[in-house]
Amino acid sequence: MAVDIAESGFEAVIGMEVHAELLTRSKMFCSCSAEFGGEPNTRCCPVCLGLPGSLPVANRQAVEFVVRAAMALNCEINRETFFHRKNYFYPDLPKGYQISQYGDTPIGVRGWIEIETEDGTVKRIGIRRVHLEEDTGKLLHSSPSESEVDYNRSGVPLMEIVTEHDPRPGFDQINTAYEAREYIMQLRQILLYLGVCDGKMEEGSLRCEPNVSVRPAGSREYGTRTELKNLNSFRSVYRGLEYEIRRQIETIRSGGVVVHETRRWDEENEVTAPMRGKELEQEYRYFPEPDLLPFRFEEAQLEQLRRELPELPLQRRRRFEEMGLSRADAATLTSEKAIADWFEEAARDYGDPKPIANWVLSELLRLLNQAGEGIQSCKVRPAQLASLVRLIDDGTISGKIAKGVFEEMFRTGRDPGQIVEASGQTQISDEEAILSVVRKVIAGNERVAADVRGGKEKSIGFLVGQVMKETGGRANPRLVNELLRRELGAG
Amino acid sequence: MTRDIENIQTAWQASEALRSGRISARDLTRACLERIAALEPSLSAFLALTEEIAMEAAARFDANPAAFPDPLAGVPAAVKDNMCLKGVPCTCASRILEGWEPPYNATAVQRILDRGGVICGKTNLDEFAMGSSTENSAFKVTRNPWNTSTVPGGSSGGSAAAVAAGQVFYALGSDTGGSIRQPASFCGIVGVKPTYGRVSRYGLVAYASSLDQIGPLTRDVRDAALVLNIICGHDPLDSTSYPGESPDFTQALVRDVQGMTVGLPREFFAQGVREDVAQAVQEGARVLEKAGAKIREISMPNVGYALPVYYIIAPAEASSNLARYDGVRYGHRSGAASDHVDMFMRSRAEGFGAEVKQRIMIGTYALSAGYYDAYYLKAQQVRTLLRRDFDRAFQECDVLLTPTSPTPAFAVGERADDPFQMKLADVCTIPVNLAGIPALSLPCGLVDGLPVGMQIMARPFDEETMLRAAYTFEQATEFHRLRPAI
Repeated sequence: MAVDIAESGFEAVIGMEVHAELLTRSKMFCSCSAEFGGEPNTRCCPVCLGLPGSLPVANRQAVEFVVRAAMALNCEINRETFFHRKNYFYPDLPKGYQISQYGDTPIGVRGWIEIETEDGTVKRIGIRRVHLEEDTGKLLHSSPSESEVDYNRSGVPLMEIVTEHDPRPGFDQINTAYEAREYIMQLRQILLYLGVCDGKMEEGSLRCEPNVSVRPAGSREYGTRTELKNLNSFRSVYRGLEYEIRRQIETIRSGGVVVHETRRWDEENEVTAPMRGKELEQEYRYFPEPDLLPFRFEEAQLEQLRRELPELPLQRRRRFEEMGLSRADAATLTSEKAIADWFEEAARDYGDPKPIANWVLSELLRLLNQAGEGIQSCKVRPAQLASLVRLIDDGTISGKIAKGVFEEMFRTGRDPGQIVEASGQTQISDEEAILSVVRKVIAGNERVAADVRGGKEKSIGFLVGQVMKETGGRANPRLVNELLRRELGAG
Repeated sequence: MTRDIENIQTAWQASEALRSGRISARDLTRACLERIAALEPSLSAFLALTEEIAMEAAARFDANPAAFPDPLAGVPAAVKDNMCLKGVPCTCASRILEGWEPPYNATAVQRILDRGGVICGKTNLDEFAMGSSTENSAFKVTRNPWNTSTVPGGSSGGSAAAVAAGQVFYALGSDTGGSIRQPASFCGIVGVKPTYGRVSRYGLVAYASSLDQIGPLTRDVRDAALVLNIICGHDPLDSTSYPGESPDFTQALVRDVQGMTVGLPREFFAQGVREDVAQAVQEGARVLEKAGAKIREISMPNVGYALPVYYIIAPAEASSNLARYDGVRYGHRSGAASDHVDMFMRSRAEGFGAEVKQRIMIGTYALSAGYYDAYYLKAQQVRTLLRRDFDRAFQECDVLLTPTSPTPAFAVGERADDPFQMKLADVCTIPVNLAGIPALSLPCGLVDGLPVGMQIMARPFDEETMLRAAYTFEQATEFHRLRPAI
């Protein structure tokens, strides 16, 4: 399909439904472990299995996590919030209903999130609701005729974040696959910053189900939408939506009609395919959950949670830019809260963010990447990088040697001072010592020395190299330059 | 020795006999198990006997009575078969739960076991506690010990019959619309529905969550207070359970209603209440008046809506609560299914009885998108109005006095084909569940040789005033000493 979406005269409207599993220790309504994985059906109790007589007790931490997330997404917080039952039959749904939040009193409403579009302009995407519910179990299809159910996920707290399908004035919609990907990336980063979700799309702890429709550009009507499932990476969000938008435009152009349905993204063949018809609206028979009391938030409690909110990625990136870092560098450094924290601590210790940023962006991230490790397991402490840079500044070691020292710090976690001392790699800044080497090098390279004297400035580099070689790289390069020039009467 | 046991009428008398060393808990338990065996063919009160659990508990008590200070330690009891007793089948009198053994105890059951209680068996009920006669059990029809051609009431009919017939000294029932009080009334014993939240619902198989409450069926008011002392109290496993402290209910056993205002809400004496039943209750009011209470006739205009409101809300919640019986994890699974949806449908069609299916369908309908506002939401609004009726009544009165059921026990089969007549048996008890307040039924007379029950209602969490009124009445009369001749 070769439709160029931008040139097609159509525009897409994309709504995002994102489910994020919360990083609580226990499940939503019982004390079973909420950790991912485990032998099937080993993390279950009467409550999460919905055995007769069992009753739910709401997990306070999960409620607080959602309040924090809703606050970070600029939502209004409902002072009183209810749980509802969403009734339907499915083998992985042990009670025959899911405890969820329906209606106009979810925890958070009317929020927004800022994203950057392809041309760099900022869009404010309206968020309709942020609510809390429980996850269901998982079907394992062991053979064509038999299925088994694993209830380890059953009852794990799940936060749902839904964008506004018809945004309020002053707010925007998502219109391209690029923006959809930006949205989910931004959202993921915020959730990671808050520490409420681990953001692992491939493990399903962050799942995204966009719905998309197309319409003639500028139209206010909405076209028939389809819903996409099975998107478990940023790439699949982007590719899946690109495909689906093109498919819908093609369909309409060729005189066809877009069918309201749920479509599965086929990662391997990069196509979407229908999953099941959606002509029949599911009847969930929502009603207030009688086994749980309504949740009331006190003003002081909300104030406390608001105070505890961390600085969010976008704010932080802007602050880093104000420190004098380039936009790209600031973006990389704030991509992960732990990296940003590490950088800031080192920068504060050192007193100047620039050189620290350079070290983090080049050496630290490269070594972490090579080792396949996260910053959490990094052996180098931020203060150690600061003292390494100070060793360069005061001339104890050269920048070149510092790289080697840093690699050793990364391997062993030892202090740079110790490493330098033990290896005898301190820089030679003693003029007398360097001068004698300089003279020796000049004597040994008469022709080059003559070129330099004759005005061939560039050749001095060769002589510098020779001096460095003689001193095992330890000579202070500034002094070497200076002394060479003085001896050769150049510059 | 046997005569000793036969002379014991109540749980507190049994306790005295145990403490004085006149009998052992083992002998007492054995005597109860023998009586159960002897009467079962004519009563069918039990769905399962738990001899082993009972004899072990009795032996533990006998080995060291001092370790069990609770007055009801060592005293034989029974629980309705919709409460979980670990390792013992819990059927709810339904085929759909066939073979299911709970891996845990209901909190109320656990509290009895922890205090040295002796649980002899699980009693019959209307399937999933839906019914007013214990004829809707999938397994057997329980009979009223006063006259085995009549019903014991429902849905806790098995518990009521077992206590009335002297098979056990007390039993637990559950009350969603009158399921403790109405059978207590039919069987001539005391039945208490505590304030909603007083007793943990954990381990009680849910019928209608916002109405269900566990309570005792006993031979007299003192026994009721003793059982309440055990089962009431906060439970962290039930978030609707009341977080405050529970009083010592035996402190309320005082023969004194001086200055107490007893309300007679006129609407409860209409609605098909038989003349002789109304008369027995009014005579009961005079007993209290003689003891010093002020009697006041009042009106509660919304009481007439209680039955229709109940038959929206209870089935709505039931349709959701019973959705888990799908044959996937436990209980009955149809062998003839072609796919998972077919399996759900067949398993449920085969497993549930007619009454349960009817309520599931009514509830499903009432909750569906197009009808929610007209039925469920409207019913909740009327429920609020009814609560206000009670609030107003309790501004003027300390307790309310009404018949428990409009008639004495009816004949087995008599109302089986007339669901409306059947449901009228709960017309006086249902408002209490909708309001969440406590109420008690105790015997106040005989009509046609069958017991008549008088209902005493009180303010939320004021079981003490209710017990005091009941105790005063009981002490002034002899009705609680009447026993069926079985």
